[in-house]
Amino acid sequence: MTSFARRLRTLAVAFALGLGAAIFAAPAITSTALAQGAPASPAAAQEELLFRYLQTQPQGRHGELVGRVSIPDPKAATLIQPHGREFQEAWRSTMKWVGAVAILGMLAVITLFYLVRGRIRIAAGPSGRYIQRFDGVERFAHWLTASTFIVLAITGLNISFGRHVLLPLIGPEAFTAWSEWAKVAHNFLGFPFTLGVVLILLLWVHRNLPDSTDLEWLAKGGGLVGHAHPPAKKFNAGQKIVFWTTVLGGAAIAVTGFIKMFPFQFIATDVYGMQLATQIHGIVGFVMIALILAHIYIGTLGMEGAFSAMGSGKVDLNWAKEHHSLWVDEVMNPTRKASLPAGAKGAGAD
Amino acid sequence: MARMKFLCDADRCIECNACVTACKNEHEVPWGINRRRVVTINDGKPGERSISMACMHCTDAPCAAVCPVDCFYTTADGVVLHSKDLCIGCGYCFYACPFGAPQYPRLGNFGSRGKMDKCTYCAGGPEADNTPAEYAKYGSNRLAEGKLPICAEMCSTKALLAGDGEIIAQIYAERVTTRGYGSGAWGWRTAYKDMVSG
Repeated sequence: MTSFARRLRTLAVAFALGLGAAIFAAPAITSTALAQGAPASPAAAQEELLFRYLQTQPQGRHGELVGRVSIPDPKAATLIQPHGREFQEAWRSTMKWVGAVAILGMLAVITLFYLVRGRIRIAAGPSGRYIQRFDGVERFAHWLTASTFIVLAITGLNISFGRHVLLPLIGPEAFTAWSEWAKVAHNFLGFPFTLGVVLILLLWVHRNLPDSTDLEWLAKGGGLVGHAHPPAKKFNAGQKIVFWTTVLGGAAIAVTGFIKMFPFQFIATDVYGMQLATQIHGIVGFVMIALILAHIYIGTLGMEGAFSAMGSGKVDLNWAKEHHSLWVDEVMNPTRKASLPAGAKGAGAD
Repeated sequence: MARMKFLCDADRCIECNACVTACKNEHEVPWGINRRRVVTINDGKPGERSISMACMHCTDAPCAAVCPVDCFYTTADGVVLHSKDLCIGCGYCFYACPFGAPQYPRLGNFGSRGKMDKCTYCAGGPEADNTPAEYAKYGSNRLAEGKLPICAEMCSTKALLAGDGEIIAQIYAERVTTRGYGSGAWGWRTAYKDMVSG
């Protein structure tokens, strides 16, 4: 009985000592934290207070609430990432509006242009004489990029708009089957597309650096507005815009695409990064699709004599004189060859 | 009809992970997939809290909004479910989910993560209730049997509450009033655009 009472007393003393220590220690911890200039953690806080405090911590730099978790997956340690709601809104409205306005707007502009201007004919009529404009390697690079881009654009638009446009028409099972294949195609064709963009850059970059002729070309509306034929080298300012959109946009879309294919592996290692990559990928895609629609129009229906440049590689001499006068001079006049960069050949100057 | 919600009373959760284990066992969730997890915030500091988190079955669910194939649906009880037959494993729901709920069998070699898996609020999927097909894909359907989610039922400290949102909010508010403190219903503002306080 006595031993039990003694043990009880010891326990009570220990408890009282412990409690006392805790009472003295608690303010000490708080004051140390304050003295170091760090914001004190709210002890028995309201959600709002604690939430705001934790959001100031380094691991929650985008407003996430990050803690510790026993699962060997660091992503699971993020308790709440409120910007998921922002991604939801961006995906549901902003992205879809940007896409719809860019693409439908461009189609409207093209239709209007066709109705007003009609097909741009070769003013002097076809000469029947052809000169080489693009060699086999150039056409390969173009069509590699073009064919993959068309599939990528359709399958990409399926991810953005298929749910609203195609799903109600073919039903959920068929739409999923198609979307699964579309996703596989989109993933794998990203590689040849990237190769095409790299080839385009290497083949044409030296002819796409901006110069003074571009200013004149743009000032005269490129002959699209009005009927002037401003002088141009192998690529006019409009084509240079398409080139740089393809190269820079292609680079952005390739990098974000690879990030999305290998999620959380590089550059974007958290959810915020993946959200950003997804949004950039979509917006750049929409802009490129819109611009390429105009490119396709002017290269086929919109202009007589333009398609053969990428078809057979040869163009009518009169077409070339009207649209690329400086390039024709360069090709036809052998003395100008000396001014070409070392190693470059006057394409098809035969 | 009840509007089903989860509420984790962070002042009661002791991070025993019984909810996680119960969930895994009930639904035979494969290795590597965590429909529920316990996150400890402010670990080792004053104001430490543990919160059990799974799919919150959001109002205006972000996953459903971003899904390219529209595979999500909300039941009459407000439970957000999805069809694994329609899911293409694109991963967008994981980017949109504020709570990290969607899980994938694979990490994503060329984006093929496999069919998404997440907490079903023990309510199965689009298949007929409590059929082997439903069990194989989504686990058991306790709600159809008139039972609440196993995680909350198992909770030893009754920190994790599941049930009609209004009732569990009332229980929580009573607790906060009685004990004089409460750190709030974690995630409710993001999930339901709603706050619960004592």
